[in-house]
Amino acid sequence: MLIELKDIRHIYQLDDPVVALDGVNLEIERGEFLGLIGHTGSGKSTLVQLLNGLLKPSEGQVFFEGRDINSQEVELKEIRRRVGLVFQYPEHQLFEETVARDIAFGPKNAGLSEEEIENRVREALELVGLDYESFKDRSPFNLSGGQQRRIAIAGVLALKPEVLILDEPMAGLDPAGRRKLLELLIHLHRELEITVILISHRMEEIARLADRVLVMDRGKIVLQGRPAEVFTERERLKEIDLDLPVVTDILKKLEEKGLKVRTDIFALEEARDEILSALEKQSQFRESRPC
Amino acid sequence: MLTDITIGQHIPGSSIIHRMDPRIKILVTLLMITILFFIDTFIGFLLFLLLVIIILLTARLPIKRVLRGLKPVFFLVILTLFLHLFLTRGGEVIWQWRFLRIEEAGVFTGFFMVSRILLLIMFTSILTLTTSPLELTDGIEYLLKPLARFGLPAGELAMMMTIALRFIPTLLEEAEKIMKAQKARGADFESGNIIQRAKALVPLLVPLFISAFRRADELALAMESRCYRGGTNRTRLHELKLKSSDIYLFLLAVGLAVAISFF
Repeated sequence: MLIELKDIRHIYQLDDPVVALDGVNLEIERGEFLGLIGHTGSGKSTLVQLLNGLLKPSEGQVFFEGRDINSQEVELKEIRRRVGLVFQYPEHQLFEETVARDIAFGPKNAGLSEEEIENRVREALELVGLDYESFKDRSPFNLSGGQQRRIAIAGVLALKPEVLILDEPMAGLDPAGRRKLLELLIHLHRELEITVILISHRMEEIARLADRVLVMDRGKIVLQGRPAEVFTERERLKEIDLDLPVVTDILKKLEEKGLKVRTDIFALEEARDEILSALEKQSQFRESRPC
Repeated sequence: MLTDITIGQHIPGSSIIHRMDPRIKILVTLLMITILFFIDTFIGFLLFLLLVIIILLTARLPIKRVLRGLKPVFFLVILTLFLHLFLTRGGEVIWQWRFLRIEEAGVFTGFFMVSRILLLIMFTSILTLTTSPLELTDGIEYLLKPLARFGLPAGELAMMMTIALRFIPTLLEEAEKIMKAQKARGADFESGNIIQRAKALVPLLVPLFISAFRRADELALAMESRCYRGGTNRTRLHELKLKSSDIYLFLLAVGLAVAISFF
């Protein structure tokens, strides 16, 4: 068990208190790809901030490798190095004069040597698909939005986290940027074996990437399981105003109309083949029937 | 840490102080601040304090909140007190140690200056706590109107103030978000000496300024696309009207001010 949340309750102490999380229990295994979906205000962002100790739960405990991260013995800096968190619109946190120095901020705070820092900056930049030599001395503020986003993500990757949490990393990106980021996430998870937790509003992405999906509503985890399991609960999802992935939605509607198709497919190409073969079978069936 | 900032905070209410015309409130506040600098007796300060307490009670303001507003000037108050104690000369020598010497005049002026600062802040916080930012800027706009003849852009100034007040909570929220993002990369805002701490603020302040400028740009565009073109000849939904009670209260305040300044 890598991370464990136990009976978490979190309340924001404002003029009138808001209960952001209410009775959350969660276990995350090493190497998992976890998708987190839910409405704005359902508690997703609060939940992920508990995982690296940016927020302390009002009640309950957060364990990392069996240690309570909010206890005295645990150094939060170490947890934050090992659990990387990419916030929404991470490019808004860029501040240094050059790309290389901004990415080096994390490793420098971790107290690494100059040489190690340079290596890490180079690796992180190459991971996000930007050339080290041509980007390192440029100002992050003169880059395109998509490049800025990738620099900001590189700033977290340079810490070499074991767990990477991303809060809506695709928001506001164009289709090409979105696809590149998607490929990066797949690479990080499959090749580097990083545990990934992804918050997204786009069901397609979650359905394609995640091993396990968590659905949150009003501070509680209301559904969880493999994408195929979760997205069969169409009625339950509709109740909390969440959509199915477009592909699943189409397949389900076809099934309702009487076409025999599988409904646990999330990739577009696969769905196309499935529909075509189902249509073929159906027409063969009709042809073989004696008139 | 960021929630200590009380500028622009307003506690809605329905007391006579809340319902007073903002123009009158601003004028009375200005008058009282002026008077504060003429008072130079203990009785005068005592009377002024009494007045402040009476207003606080009639406005039903939480005393704690008003006192919390004094926290940011604590350092300034202490500094003022010490500077006057040790540097102002005159009258009998009260205490001496090597080159340090406290004289009578130092004690008095020190006490007076500190009382002035504290009472000034308390009085102005009564104004901001009982008046909504919108009313406040409306009042200022009306009061500055006569100066428009001399080329002072009263409407624009008032609009700038409204916008500034409106964006304080937004920027605070933004600051907190950036702080969290940098903490997630191992930034440390809470330890180290004063120079290290100041340096640690750079990763917070640079993005904050950038986002403030971006917001300003976007706001300007949004206002222009809704045909905002400055304050001239703009009409308003709620015209300010003087009530007779406003005039009585104003006269009462003038009377009190004159009375206090005689002590």
